[in-house]
Amino acid sequence: MAHVESQHAQGQQAHGQQHPLGIYLWIWGLLFVLSTFSYLVDYFHLHGLLRWSLILLFMILKAGLIVAVFMHMAWERLALIYAILVPPVLILVFVALMTLESDYTFLTRETFFGFGH
Amino acid sequence: MSHSAAVVEDKATHAPRSWNTLVRDWSSDQRAFKNVPWGKAMMWIFLLSDTFIFSCFLLSYMTVRMSTLDHWPNPSEVFALHIGGRDIPLILIAIMTFVLISSSGTMALAVKYGYQKDRHKTAILMILTAMLGATFVSMQAFEWTKLIREGVRPWGNPWGAPQFGSSFFMITGFHGTHVTIGVIFLIIIARKVWRGDFDIERKGFFTSRKGRYEIVETTGLYWHFVDLVWVFIFAFFYLW
Repeated sequence: MAHVESQHAQGQQAHGQQHPLGIYLWIWGLLFVLSTFSYLVDYFHLHGLLRWSLILLFMILKAGLIVAVFMHMAWERLALIYAILVPPVLILVFVALMTLESDYTFLTRETFFGFGH
Repeated sequence: MSHSAAVVEDKATHAPRSWNTLVRDWSSDQRAFKNVPWGKAMMWIFLLSDTFIFSCFLLSYMTVRMSTLDHWPNPSEVFALHIGGRDIPLILIAIMTFVLISSSGTMALAVKYGYQKDRHKTAILMILTAMLGATFVSMQAFEWTKLIREGVRPWGNPWGAPQFGSSFFMITGFHGTHVTIGVIFLIIIARKVWRGDFDIERKGFFTSRKGRYEIVETTGLYWHFVDLVWVFIFAFFYLW
């Protein structure tokens, strides 16, 4: 059984990630367009909620395309996808914690140093 | 016998994605990451840990920016360049972004041609990637020089919150270091590809193991990750 498995594993190593040229060029172009859009957000001085949501939208789209196609994650097995992509989600908890913490620091600073400004 | 077993197993591996395959992979003997060479799996795990490092940098930047009483310098103005008689906001950073994305594209193609064992195309595309990466680092050096001349220090700057400098130097410095290491890595692997090391299975100088074209994909993963991190730095540090 072990013999079969190792043979099987070697057989699978022989063929790597093979995908048509078109998909790479297509994603490449899309990344250029999305980068231009995110630059234009700054160029046209958009601000407030619109600015932040557009920045995040273009960022997530670009990151998704790079990971899914250029890094071939779209064609990997679930075992690898979940092992790599789930842990970073926990960073959001860290973001929430640090938001609370910095709000508190801001409040404290305003209370003690705020009058000087 | 082993042939028929392989066929059955193959059917299982090419089954549609489901929790069943996930559970079967993770509870299987010896290898959890099937279809993936060990070098590539290790690179992914390294990149996961690197994700946390960059997250810590960006999070500390978020924390200092949210908690300071001073005005945060406007990156749009700080990184503007005076071209043709007027200030164009953030233009250098935009060009750097396009350079890095271009390099990601050439890298993706290098991986593709690597698996087709077209060693000349692969090597040329990798060298092109390295050159674009070097261009990126040079532009970053220019940007650092400009900001240092204008008085930006890790402990202060002329425009507002002193934390701006420390965040800027730490985040872009660490990213630039990654790009530099990537360029060196790319040149080393491109040389091996050009020489045909992976066709004649020449043993590596360092590892004494036979190399395969998969190292091109592994290098590519690192390079795309560097581009990926820049996407986040661009969004959070320069655009926010």
